[in-house]
Amino acid sequence: MINKLKSKDLIGTKDLSPEEILLILDTAESMKEISSRDIKKVPALRGKTIINLFYESSTRTRTSFEIAGKRLSADVVNISVSTSSVVKGETLKDTAKNLEAMNPDAVVIRHSSSGAPDFISKILKCPVINAGDGAHEHPTQALLDLFTIREKKKELKGLKVSIIGDIAHSRVARSNIYAMNKMGMDVTVSGPSTLIPVDIEKMGVKISTDVKKAIEGADVIIMLRIQLERQEKGLFPSIREYSRLFGLNTEKLKNAKEDVIIMHPGPMNRGVEISADVADGQYSLILDQVTNGVAVRMAILHLLTGGA
Amino acid sequence: MNADEVNRAITRIAHEVLEKNRGAHDIVIVGIRTRGVFIAERLAIKIKEIEGEAIPVGIIDITLYRDDIKSDISKHIVKKTEIPFSITDKKVILVDDVLYTGRSIRAAIDGLIDLGRPANIQLAVLIDRGHRELPIRADFVGKNIPTSHNESVKVMLKEEDGVDKVVVEELDDK
Repeated sequence: MINKLKSKDLIGTKDLSPEEILLILDTAESMKEISSRDIKKVPALRGKTIINLFYESSTRTRTSFEIAGKRLSADVVNISVSTSSVVKGETLKDTAKNLEAMNPDAVVIRHSSSGAPDFISKILKCPVINAGDGAHEHPTQALLDLFTIREKKKELKGLKVSIIGDIAHSRVARSNIYAMNKMGMDVTVSGPSTLIPVDIEKMGVKISTDVKKAIEGADVIIMLRIQLERQEKGLFPSIREYSRLFGLNTEKLKNAKEDVIIMHPGPMNRGVEISADVADGQYSLILDQVTNGVAVRMAILHLLTGGA
Repeated sequence: MNADEVNRAITRIAHEVLEKNRGAHDIVIVGIRTRGVFIAERLAIKIKEIEGEAIPVGIIDITLYRDDIKSDISKHIVKKTEIPFSITDKKVILVDDVLYTGRSIRAAIDGLIDLGRPANIQLAVLIDRGHRELPIRADFVGKNIPTSHNESVKVMLKEEDGVDKVVVEELDDK
């Protein structure tokens, strides 16, 4: 059994081995107990500095990383681009070099450009954790999804997962597909054909343009956010039509498995890709995902910056 | 130490714990991962046999509290702390297999105090091998084994190693 991650950084689930994924999930299970205590703090990362560098807006992920760092006693510094030197025209490279000069122990980065975390990981000596880059990867989201699924279903292998929505623009889908394939899960993607990349089968998934079928066979359904800001390109005729054809509601769930679980990475468009009663209903694990996100990020911070 | 001696030592500690605390009232037992847990469980069984009272047993993982992880070549895997009862105002019997530098005990005490405010914490160990680096002592000791730094004390327990045995081994020159 391995006891550390091979790479200095966490850029994507593509680079993780199944053993590394299990190590992260097992460590997260231990971390979860800490969040249930009265005093939610352990001294593991005392004296370590973690920088949250967010070039894109985020509530969940940034807060989750901040809380994760603080529960391990690290000092967490948040930089959001609107108040940083980036608005004065500083390049990503210079920002990275300046942060490096302050000796951080980890940098968590979210960026609208795919590859930005990988780029700065080559400049920085400390671990770099990808908190979402463009349409590339969002590894901590996929890992917390796996954690949540495993908590409910006990075993990952052999589970049928349907990911429904805007696959083409989704870093969550990509990270999940890589990770789930490694764990021996069976992934189907579904959504309007304009939002499914042409060569997606090469990633080892099945395509189903019939959402009903994707729902029927699934042990796990992951609904993706329709990125309303991309609607201008006209990738589907109208939000109302999308909701009717691809949105998850009680009616469509009637044919689902009895023990199906429903997840969504957030933020949700209630009434668009998921109806309010389903989002708040008995099959939904959406808030469990948020709780587990803290534990999974604690595990990753500890594995990358603790000890060694 | 062979299996019988290990068993007798744990039996004696059970009696000593009961004697010192005048019974099993308000006592909880917490074992330090990994081997302290098995000794803790056995101690609870003995106390139940003697006193007829079931004692809650918890598990503490000290990985996140250690001060010596950097010196280890391989990292320790973080395991769960499982203390599903309140330790506030309880007499906590902290259990480990070997007492050496005292640093694990320091970490475990810090961990316990993060979980509540016990009435007191008492330390029970199967082996005390000396060489303390902190002002820590055990309240209950199975056996004192004087050692040198270049020896290792290996405690083997049925639950983990298939056999109950304690051996002192010479370490290879470093």
